[in-house]
Amino acid sequence: MALDNAAVRKIARLARIEVTEAEVEHYAKELNAILGWIEQLSEVKTDNIAPMSRVVDMKLPMRKDIVSDGGKQADIIVNAPETAAGYFVVPKVVE
Amino acid sequence: MTDIIDLDLGSARDGLAKKAFSALELARTHVQAMEDARSLNAIIIETPDRALADAKAADQRRAKGESLGAMDGIPIAIKDVFCTKGVVSRACSKILDGFSPTYESTVTANLWQAGAVMLGKTNMDEFAMGSSNETSALGPVASPWRRRGDNRPLVPGGSSGGSAAAVAAGVGLGATGSDTGGSIRQPAAFCGLVGVKPTYGRCSRWGMIAFASSLDQAGSFGRTVRDAAIMLRAMAGYDPKDSTSVDRPVPDYEAALTGNVKGLRVGIPKEYRVGGMPAAIEDLWQRGIGWFKDMGATIVDISLPHTKYALPTYYVIAPAEASSNLGRYDGVRFGLRVSGDNVLDMYEKTRATGFGAEVKRRIMIGTYVLSAGYYDAYYLKAQKVRALIARDFTAAFEQVDVVLTPTTPSAAFAHGEIAGDPVAMYLNDVFAVPASLAGLPGVNVPAGLSPEGLPLGLQLLGRTFDESGLLNAAFALERAANFTARAAPWWRQ
Repeated sequence: MALDNAAVRKIARLARIEVTEAEVEHYAKELNAILGWIEQLSEVKTDNIAPMSRVVDMKLPMRKDIVSDGGKQADIIVNAPETAAGYFVVPKVVE
Repeated sequence: MTDIIDLDLGSARDGLAKKAFSALELARTHVQAMEDARSLNAIIIETPDRALADAKAADQRRAKGESLGAMDGIPIAIKDVFCTKGVVSRACSKILDGFSPTYESTVTANLWQAGAVMLGKTNMDEFAMGSSNETSALGPVASPWRRRGDNRPLVPGGSSGGSAAAVAAGVGLGATGSDTGGSIRQPAAFCGLVGVKPTYGRCSRWGMIAFASSLDQAGSFGRTVRDAAIMLRAMAGYDPKDSTSVDRPVPDYEAALTGNVKGLRVGIPKEYRVGGMPAAIEDLWQRGIGWFKDMGATIVDISLPHTKYALPTYYVIAPAEASSNLGRYDGVRFGLRVSGDNVLDMYEKTRATGFGAEVKRRIMIGTYVLSAGYYDAYYLKAQKVRALIARDFTAAFEQVDVVLTPTTPSAAFAHGEIAGDPVAMYLNDVFAVPASLAGLPGVNVPAGLSPEGLPLGLQLLGRTFDESGLLNAAFALERAANFTARAAPWWRQ
């Protein structure tokens, strides 16, 4: 299933990456080459095989539901491009 | 006496213990080596003041009889993927420009706790996505190695290219790396070093800038197996802050290095004999088999039938996880922001400007394979094939104790030589990726030179959490191969 330019634009939008028209052409070619190569996975019989999402067979550990860290507002915002009064600042979202 | 700069980590440790020299002298020597090697672009942030202060503290501890052990006073370099408190950490991406963490990654905290001395941060492929260090936003790294009679710069491999180039150039006695699909083993092979990726879960991922969370694992580079083993022990350990780190004791890996491999069953997987592999690699592999036979090991032919599907599986799973992990770079909380007409425009412009070409390509692939309508065909399918690849190894390790393969299908290549073709670049990791998908430990041992005079490595893979057995086999292989070549120091001018 080859990706056309519209599909590339849609993926770029989902990925929140701005692309120019020239880049769309380029990405379509590159992504199709990579996806074409990935296509060989369809040869593998995987009926009744459970998908593997972790390599170490263990139960995720539980911890007590208590506050273990915090009080670090200054640390958290120190690297932000724009802050005000201890908050992150973003362009206006609500008119 | 040998010059201090020529000592490996194990010998430097012994010299410090005998008070043959001080940690400060050792640190000064390595700071000088770091300055002399600037043309390699291996170290992107130098922390010489920190190094000297760390070394003085190590000397003071030793004077009081309170040495912290093998790593105390040992100068090392840290891959830029590890967050280091107060030292800019950006995984060599423009999108993390200026990011100065207010916390320390667990792996580096463990190293400082053990007394290690920090020289600086090493160059890497952007977000660890690459096999040549050419995707770094801070420019490529020149390998200390060059082809015989040819001055063209070669790649050190990637993604931990700066760490490998630094140690190969004698800058630092060890360096940290991270391996998602070969990013320690392949550069170690290209630079003539030992590079070990432990079992997934052995080292904490906390504070390590994420690429693909089900695959990312920290590991070490050293000039020798002993060096890599000493350093890995200091890095490893359970960490409640990483829910995938495993709570089991970390053995003394160095103590396991007996070199006795009598009766060890060494598996040779027939599927790793790929078409177009240079004769030098095939010959080296045969020599490796011969060495193990001579040492009394048993060679067992094995089959890992799904090997050929490992790379395409990896290039679904890793980009999928990356597209999710890299969602956090939105111009709001840290790093670069490029302003836009509205918040969406700001996100898109920030990410278009901040990410490099390879990272964007992988985010786009990842976004696609996770998107509605394609998830089952690509992502779920890849996860199932991953299960089959892991099953192949489980079956093989019922018959053998370690697996021996070449580490890479070729020696190092020149800058730009294969940069234009993503899939050709991906093929560099054809022998490294299967074990990553299965979470197994692996190590590169430098074992010979190519006809052009470049290092070639053999890879050993071990059972889950059997780093001790794996490193002992590597130690035996290292002794048999007796690889003593070093890059001629052309960069010191």
